[in-house]
Order: sequence, then structure tokens, then C-alpha cells
Amino acid sequence: MDRFVFLTIDGLSRGAVYAAFALALVLIWRAARVVNFAQGAMAVAAAYVAYTVSAETGSYWLGFVVAIVAGLLLGALVDRAVMRFVDHTSPLNPVIVALGLVLLIQAVLGMVYGSEFRPAEAPFSRSALSVGGVAVLSPYDLFVFAAIGVVVSGLAWMFARTPVGLRMRAAAFAPEVSRLLGVNVGGMLTLGWALASGVGALAAMLVIPTELGLHPHAMDLVFVSAFTAAVVGGLDSPPGAVVGGLVVGLLLSYVSGYAGSDLTPLAVLVLLLAVLLVRPGGLFAPVAARRV
Amino acid sequence: MSATRAALPPTREPDGVGERPVDRRRGSTLLRHLTFTLAAALLLVGVSYAVEPFRNFQLATVAAYLCATAGLTVLTGLNGQLSLGHGALMATGAYTVAFCQNAFADRGMTGGWLLPLSLGAAILSTVVVGAVVGVAAARLRGPYLAGVTLAVAIVVPALAVTFDGVFNGEQGLSVPVEPPPASLGLYFPYERWQLWLAGAATLLAMLLLANLIRSRFGRTFRAVRDDEVAARLAGIHVARTQVLAFVVSAATAGLGGALLAVLAQSVSPGAFSLTLSLFLLMAVVIGGLGRLAGAVWGAVLLVALPDLTHSVTELLTLSPAVAQRLEGNLPLAIFGVTLIVVMIAAPGGVQGLLSRLGRALLARLPARRS
Amino acid sequence: MRAPQSRTEDDTTSASDLLVVRGLVAGYGAAPVLQAIDLTVPAGTIAAVVGANGAGKTTLLRALSGMIRPVAGQVLLAGEDLRGTPVEQLVRRGMAHVPEGRGVISELTVDENLRLGGLWRRDRADAGRALDEVYELFEPLARRRRHLGHQLSGGERQMLALGRALVGRPRLLLLDEPSLGLAPRVVARTMALLRQLRDQTGLTVLLVEQNVRSALAIADQGVVMSLGRVVTAAPAATLRDDVELRHAYLGF
Repeated sequence: MDRFVFLTIDGLSRGAVYAAFALALVLIWRAARVVNFAQGAMAVAAAYVAYTVSAETGSYWLGFVVAIVAGLLLGALVDRAVMRFVDHTSPLNPVIVALGLVLLIQAVLGMVYGSEFRPAEAPFSRSALSVGGVAVLSPYDLFVFAAIGVVVSGLAWMFARTPVGLRMRAAAFAPEVSRLLGVNVGGMLTLGWALASGVGALAAMLVIPTELGLHPHAMDLVFVSAFTAAVVGGLDSPPGAVVGGLVVGLLLSYVSGYAGSDLTPLAVLVLLLAVLLVRPGGLFAPVAARRV
Repeated sequence: MSATRAALPPTREPDGVGERPVDRRRGSTLLRHLTFTLAAALLLVGVSYAVEPFRNFQLATVAAYLCATAGLTVLTGLNGQLSLGHGALMATGAYTVAFCQNAFADRGMTGGWLLPLSLGAAILSTVVVGAVVGVAAARLRGPYLAGVTLAVAIVVPALAVTFDGVFNGEQGLSVPVEPPPASLGLYFPYERWQLWLAGAATLLAMLLLANLIRSRFGRTFRAVRDDEVAARLAGIHVARTQVLAFVVSAATAGLGGALLAVLAQSVSPGAFSLTLSLFLLMAVVIGGLGRLAGAVWGAVLLVALPDLTHSVTELLTLSPAVAQRLEGNLPLAIFGVTLIVVMIAAPGGVQGLLSRLGRALLARLPARRS
Repeated sequence: MRAPQSRTEDDTTSASDLLVVRGLVAGYGAAPVLQAIDLTVPAGTIAAVVGANGAGKTTLLRALSGMIRPVAGQVLLAGEDLRGTPVEQLVRRGMAHVPEGRGVISELTVDENLRLGGLWRRDRADAGRALDEVYELFEPLARRRRHLGHQLSGGERQMLALGRALVGRPRLLLLDEPSLGLAPRVVARTMALLRQLRDQTGLTVLLVEQNVRSALAIADQGVVMSLGRVVTAAPAATLRDDVELRHAYLGF
């Protein structure tokens, strides 16, 4: 039972990261109808920038802030310099271009930083505090929950309540009509890319210290897990992405805790295939359709 | 090569005695492909004697990659299904060959027919895996399909580590391959023999693919790619067509992976990473989606570009550590940039540019005559 | 930042003409759909563009609002040349375009759709007032504020699209087929509303219609288009009475 509690908390903590990363995927998918396969590589790039800044200044928090800013800028850059020029008539084209970005970013990171794992520090202790003799939460878990809670609710508030959120939604749903109503659709698209990439960078900063460390491929499996989470929730639904992230996090935690951590990649693949074959629209598709 | 030659004589007859025009056209297409294959085979034999052993080995590697890129061309270019998992399919073929060859070697079996048998087994096992993935793929579209195949590409190599009792983990397996037959002489270079093996298998595969593309199946592939609804209305079973395309593509990818394993005489998960899958896709895109000739360009590029960057980094005077980083990553960066630029500027790829050039020249010629 | 506005001096343009179109050529591919369109809409009037399917009516509106780039010709709004003005800037110049099929964003609520129409305005207080006015004007919308666009009936969508354009307090309203798929009673109400807006607020309307009778009934000016050209432009009353023209181009 203790183990179950521990695995559950650990799974939720991991799941929170997947949720944020899946949310970033959903943001771009809704805005541009592109699944950003480069998101993992972009997030790692931001994390490397943070690593450099932290190493130079000795301040984790400065690096943390810089990572998110770097993520925002990188997202805007990818939209303005690359994706804008891609012919979107075939859905294959943006996917292929995103994969080209993956190759490019990972290669540049490899050239600059080398391909060895770099230790990534966690700003808080990762050993769990025990409550009544049961190891429950580590301070780092709390930090993860808080950071992601703030970002997710901030995004939700922005989209639902602010004028810029309304503009972004309108631009995503009906670009042509939105332009007629004075919405700068191109700008909203860039903003969407920037926000998504910033959230991705945050997720990378949170997840990398819990894994092997910083590496150009550090986010490959996280990307697959987050994509699975986004698919579980239905690619179009931000709340679905959050729930999907938590589901995937829990599943992976249980699998790795009870069956061995080697099996987690396989578990992700099985879950992804199962969801896509049984409910291609995501587990929340019918509910969402009624709500919309 | 012997296989293609053996296939030649009987196919001449329908062309000669063809009664209906349809038959004759079909026969002539087949004949054209056969002639082309034969010419390529002869050229390859000539080249294998003309160049040094290392180049022979490189050409053999090109041939192995060509199987995979051609298969991916059929799937992505002709059928419109994006697969990021062909590296994993190649791994399936490679490990099957390793198992078979090891089993034969353990039992002390020898003979020239063992390797084709292993290759056949590799194709068969990849066909099975391809059918499973293909059935799933036929229900998926665009980014979903890309995501699933991406997951396959990342997860399957990891399985080698998970079940290291069978696959021997990161270390991988060795693939015992017999030396060239004694009839070729005692001093026959091993690399030339490798090129012959890989070339023969690849040319046969290409011949079959070329005919498939020209056949009814090729047309249904394209019809499904261009408009699924229209294809369905025209009586094409869309899902079946997509699964078929995936299986064909998987079979060639499996052959390609098996050939790679035979050439390297070993197989390890590191050789079939996600990067390889992305490389294959890039090769197909740069060569020109939907053209078999483009697949050739892509395969050549896959071998030539790392070689080229190697020579470039050797020219520069760099510290060993920097040189190593550069050498490993420069090809990747170049591939990535090329992929993006080609996708934006010339979606037809190299072969598209060449055919456009060729058409422009052809268009000019009759104009001059008249 | 606004691009510098070029004011063209031209003595044929009277100060009271809000929209002046000269020699407009536009289309989607190599062959232009519109061939040298000339059109003048005086301020505070309703102009109805009528004609058969494929005459280029919708293309005309799309070219006016910059959704397709004209190949040649000039579009002047209150004397300002609109060439090179991005689509999203046109609302700021006082032009509102209600597209064919009305363009209600079905994933947003009624309230969000309406607010979107006034988001670009700097004068937030007046944008709020305009929103309230639209709710007063269209009583059913006020009752369905929180409903999503796709839950509305055809008539309600019509109101929403029109109301959303009015929130921006436009000088010129471009309306594409407002009667499409609506019951005659709703069409009549819409037309009456347009006349009321013209009389009370001085709104200028350029209306594209298949429903020739009801369009000409409220319009001051009728413009007949055929195969990408303006065949005739005359006072609406004249067109209503010209039997020959009606037979030739309007089919009744």
C-alpha cells in the first residue's frame, strides 16, 4: 500500500509534466493544425541554454527563467522563419519540416555541447517527506505541481477571459472571419507557437532533473508520452491533454514500479495504439463534442 | 542478379505474341524494366571490378538503404502514409537475419542457399510486423499515423535492451556470413562479393516494386493517396490498399535491414535508432516523394553525405574532441536543413528538379526541329 | 502603426461618395473573375449588387475587403486608397464585411462573437456601449448570450453576424447574401433593419443578393452584374420598373 501511494504520487508528478507538454502540443495543433514533432528538441534546446546560464552565473533560477524565455523566442522563431513558409495543403509537409527541425536542433546541440549526459540539478530535494511513516511527496514534486498548476490555470484564464485569448481562439477556429474582424491572425499564430514552446521548455526543465540528465535526445521518450497523453485526451481539447497527461504519468509509474522500468516505452506504445484503435478521437471526444 | 537473369526468358513471349494492345503495353513495360535492371546489373558488375574494395562496400550499403528508401517511397510518396518507423522495420529484418544465420551456424549448416533463406525469413517476419502496424495505420491519418510510427521507431530499438536475454542488449548480435563461393577464385575480394549480394537482392526488389507501381495496385495506391473518398466511390477498398502498401513497404525495409546486417556482420539497436528512421524519410523527401528514382538519390545521399563531412572535418585542423562532435553531428545538421529547405522550396525533391529540367530540354528540342 | 494614407485628388469623386471603385480587376487564378468594375456608393445609401450565379458578386466583395488582391484598379474608401491595406486593418478604416454563410464562429459563444467585433477598438467605453446597443437591437441574442454559435438558428446567426459587424460601428457594411437560406419573414425583417440603420445612423451598405426583389425594395441604387462586369447601375426604383433589364439579367 505504501508503495502504491508512492507510485501514485510519483505518477502524478510525472503526469503533470506530460500534461504540460501535451498541452503545448494541443495549443499548436488547435492554432495551426500542426503536430509539432520538433517540440521535444526545441524544449531540450531551451534547457541547454538554461544549463549554460546556470553554469556561468551559478543561479538555478536565472537559468530557469532564461529557459522559458528562450522557449518563447524559439517558438516564435520557428513559426516566423520556418513554418510560415511551409505549404500546409498536405498534412505531411509540416510534419516532415518539423522532423527536419528535430535533426537540425539535435545536431546543433550535439555539436555545441557534445552527446554525453550532463547532470541537471534540481532546485529542491527529491527525497520524499514521510507523512505518518509513509513516504509521500518530495519538495521537488510540490514544486512541479505548483509550477504546472500555475501555468495551466494561467493559460486557461488567458484563453477564457482575456481579449488576447479570445483573439487566439477566434484566429484558430476561423482565420478568415477573424481577419475581417480585425484580428491579426499571423500574430496570434506566432503567439501560440511561442506560448506552446515556452510551456514545452518549462516541462523540459521540470522533467530532465528526474531522468538521466541533459542530452540532445533527453525529450524523445517524453515527447512520445506527451503525444500519447494528447491523443488520449483528444488532440483538440486542452483539458483532455491535462487529464491525458496524468493518466499516462500514472500508468507509466505503475508499470515501472510493478513490472520494471524497461517496460515503460512498450507500455506507452501499447496505450497509444489501444487508444487510437478503440477511440481515435480520444477518450474525451464524445463528452467534448457535447460540451462544445 | 542470377535471379533477374533467370526471370528474363519467359517474359519475352507475351510481348512477341501479344494479341491485344493492352497486353502488349504491359509486356513492354515489363520488358523495359527488365532491360533497365539488366543494364544496371551489368553496370554494377563492371563498377565492382573498377573501384577499390571500400567503395564496393559503400555501394553495397547504398543498395541496402535503397531497399528501405524505395519501400518508403511507395508508402509515403505513392500511398500518402507517413511512416517514421521504418528504422524499426529494418531492425526487425536485421535481427531476423541474425537469428537465422546464427541458428544455421550453430547447427553447422553450410551452403549458398542459406543466406537467401535467411533473407526470405527476414522479409517474412517484417511482413508480419508490417501487417500489424499497417492494419493500425490504415485507421489513422496524418499526424496520428506519424505519432504512432514515431513511437514504434523509439520503442522497438529499446525492446532490444528490455529483452536482452534474446537480443543481447546494446551489444547486439553478430551475424555470421559465409565467404564468397570458392568458384569465384581464392582471392576474390570480400567487398565485391558483398556488393554482388546486396546489388542482386536490391535490383530484384526494385524490379518488383517498379512493376507494382505500374500495375493496377500502383494506381490504386495513388488513387487512395489523392482522394480517399473518390477512391472509395471508384470501388477501391481503401483500408486494404493501405495495408497492402504498408506490407510491401515493410517487406522492402526488412530486406534493407537484413542486407545491412549481412554487410556489417552484426546488428545492434544503436544502428536502428529514431535518427535512422528520420534519415530514411529525409532521403525519400530529398530524392523526391513518389519517385523510385528519387529513392536512389536518397540512398546515395545517405552514404555519401557522412563520407563527405568526414573528409571535410579531416581537412580542418580541429582538436580531436571537436572533430568528433562535428563529424557525428554535421551530417545530421545538413540533413535537417536540407529537409526543411527542400520541403519549402522544392517539394519535388532532386528527382523532381531533374525531371523538370529534362522536360524543359525535351520541350525545347522539337521546337527547334520545327 | 498605420501605413501613410494616400489621398487621391480626383474631381470626379464627390465628397459624399463613401466607396468608389475604379477599373477593379480581380480573380483567383490566371483568368480574372472581375473585369474592370466601376462602382460608386454615396454615403448613407444602400447599394444592392444583383445578378446571376457566377456573375462575380461575392468576388467583388472579397476584392473590396482585400481577401483577394486586386490585379488592377482602385478602391477608395472616403477618398483613401485601400490598396495594400491588410485585411485586418479594414475594420479600423470603417469597413465591415459579413461574409457569405455569415461567418459566425460556431465554437465561440454569442457574447464572444459579438465582443470579437469590437476588440480592435481603442475606445473601450464606446465598444461596450455598441455591444449593449446590439443586444437591444437583437433581443434574441441577449437571451442566448452564453450559447455557442452552432446552437443558434439560421435567423439568429444572421442577427449575430450583422450585430457583430455593427459592434465595430462601421461606416460601410458589406453584406454577402444575407437572405441565403432564411425564411421570407426573416429576410424582410433584415432588410427593414438595414433601411432603419441607414436612416438613423447614416450607415452605408453594399449588399450582394440573389433575392433581387427584396434587395431592390430597400436599396437606393441597384447594380446589375453579369459575367464579371457591371451591366448597369441605376436607381433601384428604375431597375424595378425596367422590364427588359429584369428579363435579361434578373430573371423575373
